[in-house]
Amino acid sequence: MEERELLPHLFRREYRKIVSVLCYLFGIDHIEIAEDIVSDTFLSATEQWSLKGMPENPTAWLYTVAKNKTKNYLKRNTLFEQKLSAEIRYTADKTEEIEIDLSVKNIADSQLAMIFTICNPCISSEAQVALALNLLCGFGIQEIADAFLTNKEVIYKRINRAKERLKMEGIKIEQPNAAEINSRLETVLTTLYLLFSEGYYSTSQNIILRKDLCAEAMRLNYLLLENKSTNQPAVNALFALMCFHASRFEARSNESEEIILYQDQDESLWNKELIDQGTYFLNKAATGNIISKYHLEAGIAYWHTQKADTNEKWESILQLYNQLLILEYSPIAALNRTFALAKTNGKPEAILEAEKLNLTSNPFYYSLLGNLYTDIDADRAVQHYETALKLTNSSAEQILLSKNIDQIRAGQK
Amino acid sequence: MNDFLLIFRRDFINKEDQPSPEQLQASIKPWQDWLGGIAAQDRLARPLQRWDGEGKVVRKDKNITNGPYAEIKESIGGLIFIKAVDYDEAVEIANGCPILELGGNVEIRMASTID
Repeated sequence: MEERELLPHLFRREYRKIVSVLCYLFGIDHIEIAEDIVSDTFLSATEQWSLKGMPENPTAWLYTVAKNKTKNYLKRNTLFEQKLSAEIRYTADKTEEIEIDLSVKNIADSQLAMIFTICNPCISSEAQVALALNLLCGFGIQEIADAFLTNKEVIYKRINRAKERLKMEGIKIEQPNAAEINSRLETVLTTLYLLFSEGYYSTSQNIILRKDLCAEAMRLNYLLLENKSTNQPAVNALFALMCFHASRFEARSNESEEIILYQDQDESLWNKELIDQGTYFLNKAATGNIISKYHLEAGIAYWHTQKADTNEKWESILQLYNQLLILEYSPIAALNRTFALAKTNGKPEAILEAEKLNLTSNPFYYSLLGNLYTDIDADRAVQHYETALKLTNSSAEQILLSKNIDQIRAGQK
Repeated sequence: MNDFLLIFRRDFINKEDQPSPEQLQASIKPWQDWLGGIAAQDRLARPLQRWDGEGKVVRKDKNITNGPYAEIKESIGGLIFIKAVDYDEAVEIANGCPILELGGNVEIRMASTID
């Protein structure tokens, strides 16, 4: 995958690479020093490039300056260097100058180590996502605040608290061994999935930012696929899932940001390349004997890329949802499962099942009931849609619900 | 909410009481949908597990025979743990169990807590 294609922002891309390498070198206690050095490098770049124009190889320029700034910093702070040299991982001889290795391999190793450091269950998952965006993706505090629809102070506090916690727990920034990978990979995948969902399902109006979040989650996921020890079936399955979802990004809203439901989407806007890529990685995920929730969700997403409304499609989706719910309950899966049940076993049976779910504070529960009662009992359908309307905060959702109500009312006349 | 044990029994031995291959195959989807429905209500108390159909039976005279235990006509086909408010609700859930269509039955036991 061309990284350039995913993320055209040079500074953002190089920021996270240099930060990872320096954090990996310095250790968790000195994250801020790494961040300062890199910020300083970009400040120099901005000043010089705006005066003299872009250098021929901007990346190499940034690396050289970052290296020099690091060396200067270490020279100025002999105390820090002494303390650090005891911790330094790969300098054979203490008297030797510390080597700042910005090779492709060390960048990849550093980023992998940082992923496992940040996705640590000792900090909350929303703090993990914010910290990942900051350190692993090079997002600024304001950008993260926009993505979470909150203000800078909240994110700033969240990130700092998370860093303090990681320091307090003495978390090491190091290559995870096989046992650690097995015990920690699930947390890492959960965080990457949250990051992706933040972009995909966010109600933020900033489409570019939302796409960036999805692309970042995919990039970090891809990083795990490039490493032999983390290239595991569930990681492939999650990547497939992201590809399938991302393939519909352009089709799921119109210019005025209104939601376009799956059945009304213009298929020609689905990204064929991403669908093919998803299928490729889903096939690669089909090894081993553990079926993760990502396998099941990717399977569901795969069937959604098949537009034709066949019984095979909905029966497959229903059984995948059955398995997913048995593995791990979630209200949204329960609602989607009931929708699939209506397609395979008919609306009357689905209504009985839906009413057992009792998700009375969830707007989607009532919009599902509204959908199921349409063509069966118009008044009840309207009643349910109106309840959903009262419960939802999303304006896009409100427009959709009002449309449904109007349609039923028009049919009644 | 209480935990309940649901034990599925039917006669797996008597030749003339066995469902046809066609009936067996047709019972797969109802099982999947029934279990999925319980999971969709967040009423599974423990992960599902498959159980060996034969097993062993141990008696006091150290006479261990191959299972399944079938002094009564039926033997255990499987079991699950669910969450329900009371016996009435557990019975309602068990009413949908596909084993009933294959001539079997469901035994329900509520987990008791020591006060």
